[in-house]
Amino acid sequence: MRLCASDLGCRRGGRTVFEGISFAVEAGEALTIRGRNGAGKSSLLRLIVGLVRVGGGRLALEGGDPELSLSEQAHYLGHQDALKPSLSVGENLRFWSEYLGGLSSNAGEALTTVGLAALADFPAAYLSAGQRRRLSIARLLAVKRPIWLLDEPTSTLDTTAQEQLGGLMRAHLAGGGLILAATHSALGIDGAKELRLGEPQ
Amino acid sequence: MAVIDLANPSRFLGFANRIIPWLGALTLVVFAFAISRAMNAPDDYQQGATVKIMYLHVPGAWLGMLGWGLMTMAALGTLVWRHPLADVAAKAAAPIGAAFTFICLVTGSLWGRPMWGTYWVWDARLTSVLVLFLLYLGVIALWRTVEDPSRAARAAAILTLVGALDLPIIKFSVDWWNTLHQPASVLRLGAPTIDPSILIPLLISALAFTLLFAVLLLAAMRNEILRRRVRTLRLLQASTAS
Amino acid sequence: MSALAAMLARDLRVAVRVGGGALIGVLFFLVVVTLTPLALGPDLALLQRIGPAILWLAALLANLLALDRLFAADHEDGSLDLIMTGRAPLELVVAVKGLAQWLTTGLPLVIATPPIGLFLNLDAKAEGALVLTLLVGTPGLTFIGLIGAALAVTLRRGGLLLAVLVLPLTVPVLIFGVAAANAAVMGPVPFGTPFTILCAFTLASIVVGPFAAAAALRQEME
Repeated sequence: MRLCASDLGCRRGGRTVFEGISFAVEAGEALTIRGRNGAGKSSLLRLIVGLVRVGGGRLALEGGDPELSLSEQAHYLGHQDALKPSLSVGENLRFWSEYLGGLSSNAGEALTTVGLAALADFPAAYLSAGQRRRLSIARLLAVKRPIWLLDEPTSTLDTTAQEQLGGLMRAHLAGGGLILAATHSALGIDGAKELRLGEPQ
Repeated sequence: MAVIDLANPSRFLGFANRIIPWLGALTLVVFAFAISRAMNAPDDYQQGATVKIMYLHVPGAWLGMLGWGLMTMAALGTLVWRHPLADVAAKAAAPIGAAFTFICLVTGSLWGRPMWGTYWVWDARLTSVLVLFLLYLGVIALWRTVEDPSRAARAAAILTLVGALDLPIIKFSVDWWNTLHQPASVLRLGAPTIDPSILIPLLISALAFTLLFAVLLLAAMRNEILRRRVRTLRLLQASTAS
Repeated sequence: MSALAAMLARDLRVAVRVGGGALIGVLFFLVVVTLTPLALGPDLALLQRIGPAILWLAALLANLLALDRLFAADHEDGSLDLIMTGRAPLELVVAVKGLAQWLTTGLPLVIATPPIGLFLNLDAKAEGALVLTLLVGTPGLTFIGLIGAALAVTLRRGGLLLAVLVLPLTVPVLIFGVAAANAAVMGPVPFGTPFTILCAFTLASIVVGPFAAAAALRQEME
C-alpha cells in the first residue's frame, strides 16, 4: 500500500493555503508534517480524509481496498474529540466503533489498552482533557483502518500517555499501517519521513 | 437535635431515613380515615356526587401552591446562603409540586365538564394555575438541561423567585376578576362558607395529601443527596484514575 | 446497516439524557397554545373554530425551533468530521438523524395534542383529525427542516436564521395540514383530498430533505 501526492494544492476562501506539495508514504512508514502555525498542516490532513476539496495536483492510494474510498480507509484524529458528554465512555466508543464499521467487541479491549476500562460506565463529561484524548485514540484501535491521520495527537497527553501512544503507533506501522501526523513535538517513531510546510521545497 | 442541625446533609439523611417509614405509615392511616369520611360526606344539593371531586381538587391546588412556596424559600436559601440542602429541596419539590398542580388541573377539568359544560375555560383562576404548571415544567426542564447541580440551582432559583409572583395572582384571581370559578370558601376573612359536614372531610383530606407531600419530598431529597454523592465520588474516581 | 442503527440509538440516547432537548418542544407547544387565547380573548366558540390552525402553527414552530442544534452540535464537538468519513451514505445518515429528531420532538407533539386540544374546546372529531394530520405532517416538517439545519451548521447563530430559511418551505404542509383538519370538522371539502396531498408532501420531503441536507453539509465542510 502506498499513499502518494504530487503537486498537491489547497485553496480556502480565495487564499492559497499551500501548493506544490509532493510526498509518498509506503506501508509501514510514518510521515511527520511540520511547519509553523497556519502553514496548512491541519488542512493537508483534512484534505487527505476528504473534508477539504483538493485544490490542484493529484492524491492517490495505491494497493488499498478497491471497494473503499481513501477516506473510508483512513482514521482522522482531529483537535476535537468527537465525544458526547452525556453518553458514557463505553457508549461513546461503541458508537464510533459501530458507525465506522468495526466490531463492537473490540471496543472493550481498546478501552483497556488506553487505560480507561475502569471508567467505561462513567459519563464522558467527567473525563479530563487527557482522558478524552485517550478515548479518541481508542477509536483508532477499535476499528481497523490502515491509514492514520493524526493532528497534534500528543497535545493534551502527559509523558506516560505520549510514550504509550508512541508504542501504539509503532505497532500500527509494524502491522503494515501508514501514519501521517501533524506535530510540533517528537512522536517517538524512528526513521519517520518529514514534510515541511510553508518553506521552499 | 436542633432544627439547624438538619441543615447538614448527613444529619438530614439520618433524620430522613428514620422518619420516612413512620410518616409513611401515618399518611396511610390518615388517608384511610379521609377516604371513609369523604365517602360518607353528604352530596351537594346542586352538584350531586360530583362535589366529591373537591376532596382531590382542593388539596391538589393547595399543595401545588405550597410546593412553589417551598421552592421560593429554598431559592432564597440558595441565592443568599448558598446552602446545598436548599438546592436539594428546590430540585426535589419541583416534580412533586408539578404533579399536585396537574391533579388540580385534571380534576378541575373533569369537574368543570358537568358543571360548566366544558372541560376548560380561559378565566383568571384556571389560567393562572395553568401558568403555575408551565412554570413548574420550565423549572424541571432547567434542572435537566444543566449538568452541574450548583449552577442549575442558581438559575432555577432566579426563575423560582420570579415565578412566585404567580402565587398571589392565583389566590386573588377570583376576587380581582369576574370568573366562573367560585370564590374562596375556606381560607377567607371571617368564617368559612362551607357546611362543616363537607368542610371537615375536606380538611382531613387536605391533611392526608399534605402528609403525602411531606413523605414524597423527604424521600426525593434523600435520593437527590445520594445521587449527588454518587456524582461527587465518580468525579473523584475519574480524576484519580490513571 | 449497523452504522445507521448505531446513529439512531446514539441520537435517541443523547436526546433523553441530561442536556438533551426531548420534550422541551412539547413544553414550547403547550406555552404557545396557552398564549394564543390570552391574546385572542377567551371566546370558546372562536377558539374552537381556529383551534386546528393554532395547534398546527404551534406544532410547526416547536418542530423547527428544536432543529437548530441537530447538526451544529455534531459540528462543534468534531463528530460531523467523523460522520462524513463513515462508510454509510451521508444521505442515509442524515435521514436517520431526521428520524431520531422526529421521534424525540415530532412524535411527542402528536401525543400531546389531544389533552392540549381540550384547552381550545375541540371536540373528539376535530381532535382525531388533528392527531392524524400532525402524525402525517410533522415528519414532513422535520425532513424539510433538515435542509435548514444543515445550512446553519457553520453559522454561529443558527436559530433565527434557520427559521427564516425553513419557514417558507413549510407553507404547503401548513396549508394542507390545516385544510385537512378543518375539512374533517366543517367540510365542505372531503377530508381525503387535502389529506392525500399532505401525505404526498411529506413523502416528497422525506426523499428531497436528506439529499439536499447532505449536499449542503458537503458544501459547508469545504
